[in-house]
Amino acid sequence: MGRKDINKTNEKRFENDAERQYKSGAGDRCGNICENNCENNCENCHGEMYDFRELDDIIMQAKLIKGNLIIILQEAQRIYGYLPREVINRISERTEHTTAEIYGVATFYAQFRLKPIGKHLIMLCQGTACHVSGAQKIEKTIKEELEIEDGETTGDMLFTLNNVACLGCCSLAPVMMIKTGEEEETYGNLTPERTLEIINGLRHLEEQEPENEKEAV
Amino acid sequence: MKMNTHKYMTINGEMTPIEGERNILEVIRKAGIELPTFCYHSELSIYGACRMCIVEDEKGNIMTSCSTPPKEGMVIKTNTTRLYKYRRQIIRMLLSSHCRECTTCSKNGECVLQSLAKRFGIDEVRFDKSEKAWKDEYPIDRSSKSIIKNPNKCIHCGDCVRMCAEVQNVGAIDFANRGWNLEVTPAFNDPLADTDCVGCGQCVAVCPTGALNVNNQINEAWEAINDEDLRTIIQVAPAVRVALGEMFGIADADKVMPLMVAALRKLGFDNIYDTSFSADLTVMEESAEFLRKLESGEELPLYTSCCPGWIKYAENRHPELMPLISTCKSPMQMFSSVVKEERKVNKEHMTDLRKPFVVAIMPCTAKKSEAAREEFMTDGEPDTDLVLTTEELGLMIKQAGIDFNELEPEAHDLPFGMYSGAGVIFGVTGGVAEAVIRRLVDDKSHNSFNNISFSGVRGLEGVKEVTVPYKGRDIKIAIVNGLKNVENLIKKIEAKEAEYHFVEVMACPNGCIGGGGQPRSDRDSRRKRSDALYSNDKLAEIRHSAANPFVTRVYKVIVRDDAKRLLHVHY
Repeated sequence: MGRKDINKTNEKRFENDAERQYKSGAGDRCGNICENNCENNCENCHGEMYDFRELDDIIMQAKLIKGNLIIILQEAQRIYGYLPREVINRISERTEHTTAEIYGVATFYAQFRLKPIGKHLIMLCQGTACHVSGAQKIEKTIKEELEIEDGETTGDMLFTLNNVACLGCCSLAPVMMIKTGEEEETYGNLTPERTLEIINGLRHLEEQEPENEKEAV
Repeated sequence: MKMNTHKYMTINGEMTPIEGERNILEVIRKAGIELPTFCYHSELSIYGACRMCIVEDEKGNIMTSCSTPPKEGMVIKTNTTRLYKYRRQIIRMLLSSHCRECTTCSKNGECVLQSLAKRFGIDEVRFDKSEKAWKDEYPIDRSSKSIIKNPNKCIHCGDCVRMCAEVQNVGAIDFANRGWNLEVTPAFNDPLADTDCVGCGQCVAVCPTGALNVNNQINEAWEAINDEDLRTIIQVAPAVRVALGEMFGIADADKVMPLMVAALRKLGFDNIYDTSFSADLTVMEESAEFLRKLESGEELPLYTSCCPGWIKYAENRHPELMPLISTCKSPMQMFSSVVKEERKVNKEHMTDLRKPFVVAIMPCTAKKSEAAREEFMTDGEPDTDLVLTTEELGLMIKQAGIDFNELEPEAHDLPFGMYSGAGVIFGVTGGVAEAVIRRLVDDKSHNSFNNISFSGVRGLEGVKEVTVPYKGRDIKIAIVNGLKNVENLIKKIEAKEAEYHFVEVMACPNGCIGGGGQPRSDRDSRRKRSDALYSNDKLAEIRHSAANPFVTRVYKVIVRDDAKRLLHVHY
């Protein structure tokens, strides 16, 4: 899975976002960070394919705020979908924080991700109510079906599984929430069978989508 | 008018004056009670994580003494039954997730956890040994030539993290993850060698357990000694002689050198020389470079280049300063180049023509990395074949069963064992600058040199400034130790708030005497080491580098017109 493929999922996610003026994550040209406007390999950007313009703005704005690191990291994750090494290095260069310090904060909080996530983020509730209603069975089903462990992403970058604490809708236990881009869908009263149906449904949708796109063109 | 303004607090029923201490712990220690700590170091920020230094007040409140400022009238106890119970419990908890295979640990006998477990009589740990303690869950990081990191033995006191960030301004390591998975690691779990780590070893110096270690190369030394085809050559750095004695309970640090020479001979090394000799060469080269730059009006200041930690730091953080750093090799590398060159150009006058194998005894862990740098390879082999730290040498002496205290004093071999007092003081902050000043002044008398010592060049402060008159102009010299101080000084120079002609930099606090390869030290012991170096200098027959007769000879016979290759380097 190359960086470009990840970018595709990002691109889709950001398509409807009017506020965002340029595509984030990897780009075909290195853009304004490189004054030479070359094809990704000049001395200024060292072949770096991340567009740091928005991030740099945020860092500039956050500079005066004390304890700004979490704000910057949250924004960075919003832009890139996760916190790539290059982004952490960039933040370190532009702030007083060392990379080790940033890495420490990023690994301390569950909200930050150091790896790209799949298009669909499955947040499986492991709270008390879900636990007693068989969340473990659901987890086993998902793991076996997608062949991933907790926190991992499938090879086709479609699904990421995250066990989470209570989602706050215990009456629906066992429950999972699937986040696709900015949209969130909650599925309750799960059984292993229903879970498989949901996953396959999403897969099916995915297979159709490229065709839809073609039609649109 | 105010009367006696002394404030007092009561410790275990005794009145103790408060004299500006920043926390109760220091007042308690002043009162002669050694409270146990893992995470408290006076030169680092207060962390309050280990909870060993807890005390109880008269209401029965328990607080950490390291993080509580002293107040007038405070009444505290340090050794109640409760405190004793809690302390024992803390140690048991630490031990429950700590490897307990002490006999095969590199810090066996020097581990703070081990010694406190003994002090508090921990004879059983009621908690099950955790998985973490049983198997080596985390891989050991052997990537750095200087430092070995073994996270399995970490107790998360954070001393290394604060040392690296606060004193050395490097911040190569920090806490990552949380809860049970908490770990001290470089960013992205990278190997240490791929980080900004400068190899100074200060993290090792404060680590209470075997989690951070100096890369032990003793076995390589034994192999070289027992290899009949090798001529093993020792060079001893100045700061080693004043610290080694501490490992053998010798109080007079200034009298250890002759014993050390005797021990090195007994270990089986063939030639015992001294890095102070090549420090003299460094003074000659560096002064010449400085005067050339000064007179031609080139950009100044000239930064010294002896310290490999500083070189690495400058490469990482201030590549723009690299052209300002002296092109002189460090004394260690000059020594190795010269000794190895001797065998090439002066063969007919030498009796031992076996392949030379240079072993450098250094107070420094970064020197291990320096020796392995590409710039210091000749025909694929390192100029300095092996670097051992002071502690490794002490260990070798113990391994060999040499009774250090009963040795008869012996003298160095010639020619590379002859050195001036100026070469010896290279081991302490201000020493390099003082040696250069001696070269600059016209009056080379004993009195003149003694007067220089009062110019402000001596002392263990982090930053010092000296102004020396030279040919009708004022030469401004800055002397700085500890990389955080260095960073601040650089910023000041960049902002044009200060201007210097010459800047002496040593990465470790107080200079090489406080190096990462030295026995564990505090401010007092470093003060003693510094005093001993200056006393060695005072006793030296020759006190400035140009007067060293062998320096002159080395220039004539070995260096000749090849100084650029043998004594200089471009990083």
